Amino acid sequence: MSVTETRIVTRRLREHPDAHTLERYLATGGYEALRRALQMTPDAVRDEQVTASGLRGRGGAGFGTGQKWSFLPAGVHPRYLVVNGDEGEPCTFKDHMLIEGDPHQIVEGAAIAAYAIGAHHAFCYVRGEFALGIERLERAVAEAYDAGFLGRDVCGSGYDLEMVVHPGAGAYVAGDETGLLSSLEGGRAMPRIKPPFPAVQGLYAAPTVVNNVETVATLPHIILMGGDAYARLGVGRSTGTRIFSVSGHVRRPGNYEVELGITFRDLIEGLAGGVRDGKRMKFFIPGGASSPWLLPDHLDEPLDMDHVTQNLRTMLGSGAVMVFDEDTDPALVAWRLARFFAHESCGKCTPCREGSDWLEKVLFRIAHGRGRPEDLDLMLSFGQTIVPDLDRTPFNQTTICALGPSTMSPVVSLDRWFRDEILERCGADRRRIPVVPA
Amino acid sequence: MPYTPENRERALRIIARYPERRSALLPLLHLAQDQDGWLSPDAMAEIAELLGIEPVEVLGVASFYTMYKRDRPRRLVVSVCTNVSCLVNGAGQVHEAVAEAFAADDEILVEEVECLAACDAAPVLQVNYEFHPVAGPEAAVALVEEYRRGDRTARGVSGGRALR
Repeated sequence: MSVTETRIVTRRLREHPDAHTLERYLATGGYEALRRALQMTPDAVRDEQVTASGLRGRGGAGFGTGQKWSFLPAGVHPRYLVVNGDEGEPCTFKDHMLIEGDPHQIVEGAAIAAYAIGAHHAFCYVRGEFALGIERLERAVAEAYDAGFLGRDVCGSGYDLEMVVHPGAGAYVAGDETGLLSSLEGGRAMPRIKPPFPAVQGLYAAPTVVNNVETVATLPHIILMGGDAYARLGVGRSTGTRIFSVSGHVRRPGNYEVELGITFRDLIEGLAGGVRDGKRMKFFIPGGASSPWLLPDHLDEPLDMDHVTQNLRTMLGSGAVMVFDEDTDPALVAWRLARFFAHESCGKCTPCREGSDWLEKVLFRIAHGRGRPEDLDLMLSFGQTIVPDLDRTPFNQTTICALGPSTMSPVVSLDRWFRDEILERCGADRRRIPVVPA
Repeated sequence: MPYTPENRERALRIIARYPERRSALLPLLHLAQDQDGWLSPDAMAEIAELLGIEPVEVLGVASFYTMYKRDRPRRLVVSVCTNVSCLVNGAGQVHEAVAEAFAADDEILVEEVECLAACDAAPVLQVNYEFHPVAGPEAAVALVEEYRRGDRTARGVSGGRALR
């Protein structure tokens, strides 16, 4: 199979082991995009470049980046840019690589974003466990100050920008944008109810844009190649490239940057080498632990955010593709993911706090040979207190943030694809026990 | 323990970076933990004083985050990922072996953690937040042993290099 990567955001770090240094960054065209952006008006950067590029957030929700920026109320200052580097979605490891491998690209992208939205203060929130990444990003910020790319009068343009690298401390829910803001304000990382959206009342109740690391790392390339040219890459409303983190039972696990629109088969078999040890695939998870699972039958479907949401009842999410071979116990995987969600639930919303714990308990007994015949339907029943309509995609929810509905993805996946197998293990006959209406 | 004079100086520099003082809370907790190997009640009280908040507010925040250790000082924190990509690559056995090998050592905490975002190298663990792919249970125990003996340099228990 002759599928190849399309390296834009990952090119420098793949070609140069010292891509994290300022010398290498400058020698490979670094900060040229910032200079060019500063010669445009902020609105031109936003509308003619970023909105025109069709770029959508790479953190998971896939919201239009230019559109998100346009929600900031005019004339309200101060306003803030926050870069979300709290990568915690299980089996996503792209931002980790970008932060360690090419930190100046993030600084430059964040500076472009801050200029476009009119912010003079930017924060890069980095997961606390990324000790080396924090060190490299802090050094990159310090070097950028010294070289005149940050601080007062950036590149002689008259624009001022302060940038702070902020360490997290081990909380998945801080990856939610409002949870992240609570954390950055020095609180428990509990998400806040929306509205008000961060664009109106975010950090310190001021207008705030929160963008993912990969999203801002893409911005310098959009400026250099032009928003319209970037929009010609990809498929439909999924423009450009994305980095997919492939792991599990594959021959060549790793990050692959590909043009959107190639198929899961291209990615999993072509690039990651397919299932290892001569085994067959049992199932795969297409977009992080929060996304419902898919089967080998779906391998020829395209990596297109809208298509996956509308037609496959799941999502591309954070771009984490987990592959499991034929010997994998789906109940064990479901239980481990449920345990993750139960551990990371912040406790603010009752359905998630209580529901995630009960899902973990019931899945534990199924995975460990003590399942009861009614268990699968029991979970679907009380799961309706978190997700009132399990047939809808994306899930609706009774909780403030998306962690709540995410807890139901493993359960719904077991029911969709492995119902007979689970019922048989639990010693049930195949009758469906009526689900209590919510 | 209170901050050393040098670290108190660093703490003040960190606070000055933020439009509002309280935002410095997480970095200051990391700084204290790196200095002492844990978060002592004294350290949390000093941070409260620096930020103009109550000690109980500092505790309330510190207790939310898994990286902060409030029970007693340690020299090494060994974090073994057991989330799914590591799980299907033998992380359960790695965790069990490392936990058993160092169970009697008060200076070493072996913990099971959620995904560390290094799944291409699964199974992975961190020693004081330095990443290591490990080949299996024996290799993992041997690696931690190198840190224990001092053959490998361990940085602070919350990453160490995180704050300058």
